[in-house]
Amino acid sequence: MNQRTSTAVPSGTPIAEIGAGVRASLAAGLGMVPLGVAFGLMVVQAGLPWWVAPALSVAAFAGSLELLLVGMVATATPLAAVALTTFLVNFRHVFYAVSFPLHVVRHPLARAYSVYALIDEAYAVTAASSERWTSWRLLSLQIAFQVYWVGGGLVGVLLASLAPGRIEGLEFALCALFVTLTLDACRGRAQVPSLLLAGTCFTAALVIAPDSALFVGLLLFVLALVGRYLLTGRRTTSDA
Amino acid sequence: MPETWYLVAVLVIVFTITVGLRSVPFVVLGPLRGSAFVTAMARWMPAGLLGVLAAGTLLGAAGTGGEHLLPALCAVAVTVLVHLCLGRRTLLSVGAGTTTFLVLVNLF
Repeated sequence: MNQRTSTAVPSGTPIAEIGAGVRASLAAGLGMVPLGVAFGLMVVQAGLPWWVAPALSVAAFAGSLELLLVGMVATATPLAAVALTTFLVNFRHVFYAVSFPLHVVRHPLARAYSVYALIDEAYAVTAASSERWTSWRLLSLQIAFQVYWVGGGLVGVLLASLAPGRIEGLEFALCALFVTLTLDACRGRAQVPSLLLAGTCFTAALVIAPDSALFVGLLLFVLALVGRYLLTGRRTTSDA
Repeated sequence: MPETWYLVAVLVIVFTITVGLRSVPFVVLGPLRGSAFVTAMARWMPAGLLGVLAAGTLLGAAGTGGEHLLPALCAVAVTVLVHLCLGRRTLLSVGAGTTTFLVLVNLF
């Protein structure tokens, strides 16, 4: 199998398709494993039981949310705040359905898994590629992602138990991840209004509710976007 | 350490909401696919939402009293520079930023 097989042959044998799916997962996987290790370390360092790392990675399978939840869960944040944070942080997933090639997956169980495992990376890889997706290829991509993520978390848990003692500052990986994702999301001037709105909302949240600025900031931002749509969106989007 | 029932409740809540957010659109968005509202939200939401998350986690890393604010700002600057100048390789950018923060916080 050479590099071009994936585009030259639209649908091969299951084994060839699985190989193509795993190959497509490698680039993003390179980022997921170290982040998973950092997540596992954070779980143990926050004083949570080790099984919280794999359990969260199966229940949520959403890296950024899981990293955020470690701190919230360790301080026993009320469940309602956990629920609202989950809703707002993962709300972007609602928009992934628009272009995700779920239609290639036929088996009901496989479809259920594919929807469950529709993470940022799966959306990004399928949205960015011109490959022809097949059921085997898409599922092997998503399963590979989950193996990287859960595996990374377990390695982190293991490392933390081998080398006890807190490493201060590791949680910055989450901030750095959001910074790079923000940069990737705004290429070009079209995103400037959204960023300004977001900045204003977060600043307002810091004043109104300094203790839950993140949550209030996200809520204000979503409300502001709805307002923006009602004021201007109909006109601009109908032009686009 | 939080009690086990609390942890299990968190897992159930997080699973239900996340799977709901991922699956409901496939059912509901069918007719709405390409509607002006969904298109506008899909275009406007990611950058600002991620920006708020970046700002929120930055404040978290800065500490409650802001004792790590300077290292955090330096580390953000390194993350941005590495990301924009070295070809947007997320792993490299996150690694450089986190290393900067780790070194600054633990050495000074």
